[in-house]
Amino acid sequence: MTGPFLKPKRKNPLARTTQPLLPPQARSRKAHGLTLAASVGRFMLQCCGECGRYTYPSREACPNCLSSDLTFKNAPTGGSLLSETRIEVTSDPYFREHMPWRTGLVQLDCGPIAIVHLHGGCGGPGSRLKLSLQLDRAGQAVFFAKPVSETPHMEDDPQWREMTADPKHRRVLITDGRSPLALPLARALGKAGASKIFIGVTDRWKPFGQQASLEAIEGVEIVDLDPTSEHSVQELAMDIGVKVEILINTADHVRPAHLFDVGAAKIAREAIDHTVVGLMRLAQAFGPVMRSRGADGAAGAVAWVNVLSVHGLSNAPQFGVHSAAHAACLSLSQWLRTELRPGGIRVINAFTGPLDTEWFQTVPPPKVAPKAVADAVLDGLKRGLEDIYVGDVAKDIEARLYDNPKAVEREAGQ
Amino acid sequence: MSGDILGKFAGALASGAVRVVDLTHTLSPDFPVIVMPPELGQSAPFRMERISRYDGGGPAWYWNNLSFGEHTGTHFDAPIHWYTGRDLPLNSVDTLPPADMIAPACVIDCSAAAAEDADFLLTVADVVKWEEQHARIPARSWVFLRTDWSKKSGAAYANLQADGAHTPGPDAEVMRWLVAERGIIGFGTETIGTDAGQAGHFSPPYPAHHYLHGAGRYGLQCLTNLDQLPPTGAMVVAAPLKIQNGSGSPLRVLALVQERSTR
Ligand SMILES: [Zn+2]
Repeated sequence: MTGPFLKPKRKNPLARTTQPLLPPQARSRKAHGLTLAASVGRFMLQCCGECGRYTYPSREACPNCLSSDLTFKNAPTGGSLLSETRIEVTSDPYFREHMPWRTGLVQLDCGPIAIVHLHGGCGGPGSRLKLSLQLDRAGQAVFFAKPVSETPHMEDDPQWREMTADPKHRRVLITDGRSPLALPLARALGKAGASKIFIGVTDRWKPFGQQASLEAIEGVEIVDLDPTSEHSVQELAMDIGVKVEILINTADHVRPAHLFDVGAAKIAREAIDHTVVGLMRLAQAFGPVMRSRGADGAAGAVAWVNVLSVHGLSNAPQFGVHSAAHAACLSLSQWLRTELRPGGIRVINAFTGPLDTEWFQTVPPPKVAPKAVADAVLDGLKRGLEDIYVGDVAKDIEARLYDNPKAVEREAGQ
Repeated sequence: MSGDILGKFAGALASGAVRVVDLTHTLSPDFPVIVMPPELGQSAPFRMERISRYDGGGPAWYWNNLSFGEHTGTHFDAPIHWYTGRDLPLNSVDTLPPADMIAPACVIDCSAAAAEDADFLLTVADVVKWEEQHARIPARSWVFLRTDWSKKSGAAYANLQADGAHTPGPDAEVMRWLVAERGIIGFGTETIGTDAGQAGHFSPPYPAHHYLHGAGRYGLQCLTNLDQLPPTGAMVVAAPLKIQNGSGSPLRVLALVQERSTR
């Protein structure tokens, strides 16, 4: 059984901050099929196109019929515990910090047997389990087994918390309080138990209509932050950089422009300054300190979320500048992911279709409500995802890109 | 004229008989700039990014790259800034006659009225009353509207409401009159523009810009320390950056004031 995860005590300023360590990382290229599934929260295993059997570990050919027609397919998530190991001593530097650690041997309902990380609420051998693929602190896919039905404080299991980025008792920075995403995000984070929600706001001399609603949420503190100003970003990082365990970058800049318009390059430069270069300024100021705090107690730094346009994956001419800027953001985000991984910090990209906001006013439905983005981000943090697709447009583009990226490109221009 | 004017001037500066008043705000990232509807082009705010500070980027030196719009901070408006001045000769900051960069200033104190009413408008009657108390406004002099608005900061300074900015300025008729009847060289304010916050609704819209620049005259805005100037007698030095075909520029505005006791 899991006890509740209580608010961690303030740390001893005389003790050295625990340095982040990572679980073992080597995986074969084939095995990254599991990484892909885990990154979007799916349970997928290699499945044989000839005989239909699932196989694990990942292989080049089906162990049953030797067919090479093995593709990753959604698999049933049930399983039964065959045996359980409670590791008390290990030479692995990462797991040594987390002793004891429960693992188990599980008979998957779809056939293979796998070693899994066991939730504290799971019963002994013979008990039924619900499997998922999770990205561990090193960003590698691992099996995780939870009890089939809800147990008390299920989300608070220390092993599960290592696989996720739960906001509970963590301090969060939302970078753009003027974004329509800020209010639903702050509300959702407050509900999820975030201990502090810093909200950055640009140009405090301009009216800020959401201020009262935001400040009504417990734990919210409005701070000056303008990602287009190196000075502003660095000053905020000096103040609160060591207190940010989750950073959610909501900064955006949507301005329509035709590629051949006079002044389109200026609009592009502004968009890029607000988004790509802004993300870079944030990364430079907050990245190093977050990376160093990845193991700073039970609620240390854990995640960096970028809200990106799904059109960054394939250009939508109607919002060409915005698409191009977000494509660059995605590239930068991948870079950031690599740089933050040594600290065990998860970089989550939430791809969304056009939001139901003023700048997408003329776009026909379906559009994404800001609350839907907030809910999806919270779900991603709690489940430890890496890529989230919010709304019908984003999900559709994800599926079509998987199938045929060229078709997505051609159809976007029509 | 008696000889060695500049020698006497140097002596007056050294003795403190002539005081130099800085009418300029510090250029900083958080100083408000004019806001246009978001679908229109925007003035870039003041930004400063470090090139090096005695570090790997330059071991012994400190310097920065700057970016900003022409109309940022305490700044100068040239005639070419407005459509009414677009075809005039010498209408951009690079062609501005140097002699126009030094001129006397009349300071009309409306700080009490502006404190009462953010939408206070200067009228011809106000100026006539001022002339009765002081002197007729000489041709080729600046008229500065003192509102003490520069003592405000942040949101109170910009004073943006749902229906736009509410800041004091001149009405349309007084601008036409100052340019046509008094031949002023320019008009200066403490607010973000030479025009009132609601001047887009005037006829013509933005009358200070309309009349000043249409007649080849100049604007100064975001001035400060106007409360340190006498109503008449200050000499103003306002030399914008020499930007090719530039419509304006941030600048350092200085006023030379003769101390009362030595007058
Ligand atoms: Zn097979």
